[in-house]
Amino acid sequence: MSAPHELTAEQCLAALRSGDTTATDLVEAALARVEDDRWGSFLAHDADRARERAREIDAMPERPPLGGVPIAIKDALSTRDLPTTSGSKILEGFRPVYTATCVDRLERAGAIVIGKTNMDEFAMGSSTENSAYQVTRNPWDAERVPGGSSGGSAAAVAAFQAPWALGSDTGGSIRQPAALCGIVGMKPTYGAVSRYGLIAFASSLDQVGPFARTVRDSALLLSHIVGRDEMDSTSLDWAEPIRLPEATDLRGVRVGVVEELMGEGIEPGVRAAVEVAFDRVRDMGATIERVSLPTSGYGIATYYLLAPAECSANLARFDGIRYGAHLDDVAGDLLEHYEQVRGRGFGPEVKRRIMLGTFALASGYYDAYYVRAQKVRTLIRRDFEAAFAKVDYLMSPTSPTTAFPLGERVSDPYSMYLSDVCTIPVSLAGIPAISIPCGLSEGLPVGLQIAGPAFSENGLFDVAYALEQALAFDPSPPGVA
Amino acid sequence: MSAVDLSRWEPVIGLEIHVQLLTRTKMFCGCALSFGDAPNSHTCPVCLAHPGVLPVLNREAVRLAIVTGLALGCEIAPHSQFHRKNYFYPDLSKAYQISQYDEPICVGGHVSVLTPDGEFEVGITRAHLEEDAAKLVHVGGGGRRAGAESSGVDFNRGGTPLLEIVSEPDIRTSAQAGAFLRQLRSTLRRLGVSDCNMDEGSMRADANVSVRPAGSTELGTKTELKNMNSFRFLERGVDAEIARQVAILEAGGAVTQETLHYDPDLNEIHSLRSKEEAHDYRYFPEPDLVPVVPDRSWIEELRAGLPELPVDLRRRWVRDLGISFEDAEVLSEPRELVAYFEDVAGRVDAKAAANWVRGELRAQLRELGQEPWESRVTPAHLAELIGLIDDRTLSVPLAKEVLAEVIASGAAPAAVVEEKGLGQISDEGALVEIVERLLAENPDQAAQLREGKDKLVGFFVGQAMKASGGRADPARVGALVREKSGLS
Ligand SMILES: [Zn+2]
Repeated sequence: MSAPHELTAEQCLAALRSGDTTATDLVEAALARVEDDRWGSFLAHDADRARERAREIDAMPERPPLGGVPIAIKDALSTRDLPTTSGSKILEGFRPVYTATCVDRLERAGAIVIGKTNMDEFAMGSSTENSAYQVTRNPWDAERVPGGSSGGSAAAVAAFQAPWALGSDTGGSIRQPAALCGIVGMKPTYGAVSRYGLIAFASSLDQVGPFARTVRDSALLLSHIVGRDEMDSTSLDWAEPIRLPEATDLRGVRVGVVEELMGEGIEPGVRAAVEVAFDRVRDMGATIERVSLPTSGYGIATYYLLAPAECSANLARFDGIRYGAHLDDVAGDLLEHYEQVRGRGFGPEVKRRIMLGTFALASGYYDAYYVRAQKVRTLIRRDFEAAFAKVDYLMSPTSPTTAFPLGERVSDPYSMYLSDVCTIPVSLAGIPAISIPCGLSEGLPVGLQIAGPAFSENGLFDVAYALEQALAFDPSPPGVA
Repeated sequence: MSAVDLSRWEPVIGLEIHVQLLTRTKMFCGCALSFGDAPNSHTCPVCLAHPGVLPVLNREAVRLAIVTGLALGCEIAPHSQFHRKNYFYPDLSKAYQISQYDEPICVGGHVSVLTPDGEFEVGITRAHLEEDAAKLVHVGGGGRRAGAESSGVDFNRGGTPLLEIVSEPDIRTSAQAGAFLRQLRSTLRRLGVSDCNMDEGSMRADANVSVRPAGSTELGTKTELKNMNSFRFLERGVDAEIARQVAILEAGGAVTQETLHYDPDLNEIHSLRSKEEAHDYRYFPEPDLVPVVPDRSWIEELRAGLPELPVDLRRRWVRDLGISFEDAEVLSEPRELVAYFEDVAGRVDAKAAANWVRGELRAQLRELGQEPWESRVTPAHLAELIGLIDDRTLSVPLAKEVLAEVIASGAAPAAVVEEKGLGQISDEGALVEIVERLLAENPDQAAQLREGKDKLVGFFVGQAMKASGGRADPARVGALVREKSGLS
């Protein structure tokens, strides 16, 4: 048997069932790696709480379905009594009074929260460098970014600090870091997972989803968090349960390759790796054709109007009055208080997006920016509908590049925004997509994005699983395990 | 308002009324609604806007909005939407208010308003749902913001469901404004939509006021008069604003569009928050809520379940029962009183029933802190009592005594009369005896009476009532006095 920290969640459960390991063993192994956090994956953890929970689960006469498997949670998710900052100074020291629905469902199923992971402040970024607290390093190359915004969760899973993790994806924040860290990341259909307790960035785009080292673990994790929650009006009834994929071939599957996402701006090494994956897809019996999403080129412009507009309202509640960083040294009036708390509490990227969104909604600009962006969003959605009339799934690179060096793009927001060129159209359409590692380019992982129509999660997992078996990618970064 | 020459100027008034809905819980969370409880005792992560929370729409608030819309003749929108209204203030935990904006749930209604002088029509522009802000509590400085040492926020009220009802500018006088608002209040109370207590703030009215030269069809520049918290202040405030605008216009000036505050103590109008006039609320559709798409069958079910509205009830009573508008207005709420009155009026003359229910019965019960329908006086008792007056068994003063006894014991009026021997003396011989005795005992007055001093009839009637313990029939006694004095 592998060392406990190297086990996938499925292997953990098998070992727990057979008595080869205990929740306590798994938690101790994970804690050892969380506490020796060379990658800067974690912002907070509570070892006593995790140990206590492991003891309780080990003492149970009947093990709950996920009984004793450790999990890392993105710091954007509210966890009762565990520090929750969303990577921002403005929430420094904040301990929520309630737990997010998705985390609560996992804890009830027996998963043990091993820690809260680093992220770009309020999920705004593609490298996790916008965290107000620390840098997170890519386990494949410590001088490179893990992607973002859920970079901490991606690094934690890639570095065997936890078998799996939760992230959130607004424009690519699960899929892109999964691609850059060589693991599996999944953004479900909008509404599949309750957003109650997910600190909002852009409400109409935010979705919680799984990180794991295997497709089956991703499916298992999603199966426990999916479905209607009465605390989230936009959450959906989920008629068909998420099942573990078993497909071994792709006969009869029609795959479309997104033309616009295979040309200019895509690194040659990335293109080469995904083309190898396309060959495997064909080998397994699927048909492949080129498909066009003509309006996908407007994705980034559309996204950077709508997401900031929503965030400008979502982040307005952080005023230091009811919770979070409170300033006692503000002398002036109420306006002065707001300016000081928010001026000192938010980082530059968050301020930039609040300003962008405020302008996009301002009277006189609203129609030209917000309303027009909504119209383009509708066109992008229609492009996908038209594509899915011809093919079952769409494939493209997840990220135009592999992991880039720390510091390379922080001072150039637009080049940072381009990191999400492949993932943003999918987010705007509200459809599910998964990123699986499909090979290496100059020693760095390349992610393949597979997108499907709304509610096609089971099918997506099937395709991803079959391809994962065929590609046999080794998710161990050199020198990490 | 005597200063305003209404033959030269026509006021144009529209009202915006906010009412708190009588739901059990808040608009978007499960906190109970409360009034006067300890500050921040009804709060949760949602209404305190903790990170990550989401609003969930209260279905009962939607029902009450639909019921109101149907009662006001509105169309219920097949699809309506919430927006975010963004502004920073400590009483707004999210820094945006969730409110319906350009897609309200109720649109385009109208109501007929009944007054003693007839009916007039007021169009209803729209009615929309929104949430209330929290309450600021200022410490020091007399409880006002200016000069306060510190300010606290009580979030108990934050998130209370509100319905904002906007009228067309169809109102022409402050009295009409008052009548419209009063009728709206009884309508909303009858529907169980709101308790509409203006002093507790569960009903708040703003008035849009403009004036124009009589005969003109163009609208003048309007001002918005904020938050008048009683009917009297509404009427006085509107009058003061009309007078102010007319004075400006007669002096050749122009009215400025602004938000105003009426100070009832000084009977003066003040400009309010002119700095905030330029607010850009940056409305956009609330992405955390799905559109409101009420089932047609649900709407029809609610329409079928509408009770008879106060305006219809009053119209019917005035027309069919012949009672006055004022009686009808007083008796038409609450619904228990309606049932009580209709029961009595079904047994005896309706005017007498209205008179007794509204007058003596409520007056006597008020001393005891009781309402008619909770008292021992059943509608049958009251009808019986009125019958005893009609058949001259009881004089009105005696009937009041009997009523007191019925209130105290719950016995039937006839039984009280029997037991206490309170019936009028119907034995003619006994009355003749009393009259003759009094004439003999008061020779001076009797002499003057015979000489034609008619006023002295009243003196003898009074004496006779005293002598009979109130049981003599005063009319009959008067006739006997005249007869025995040779006057008739
Ligand atoms: Zn609440």
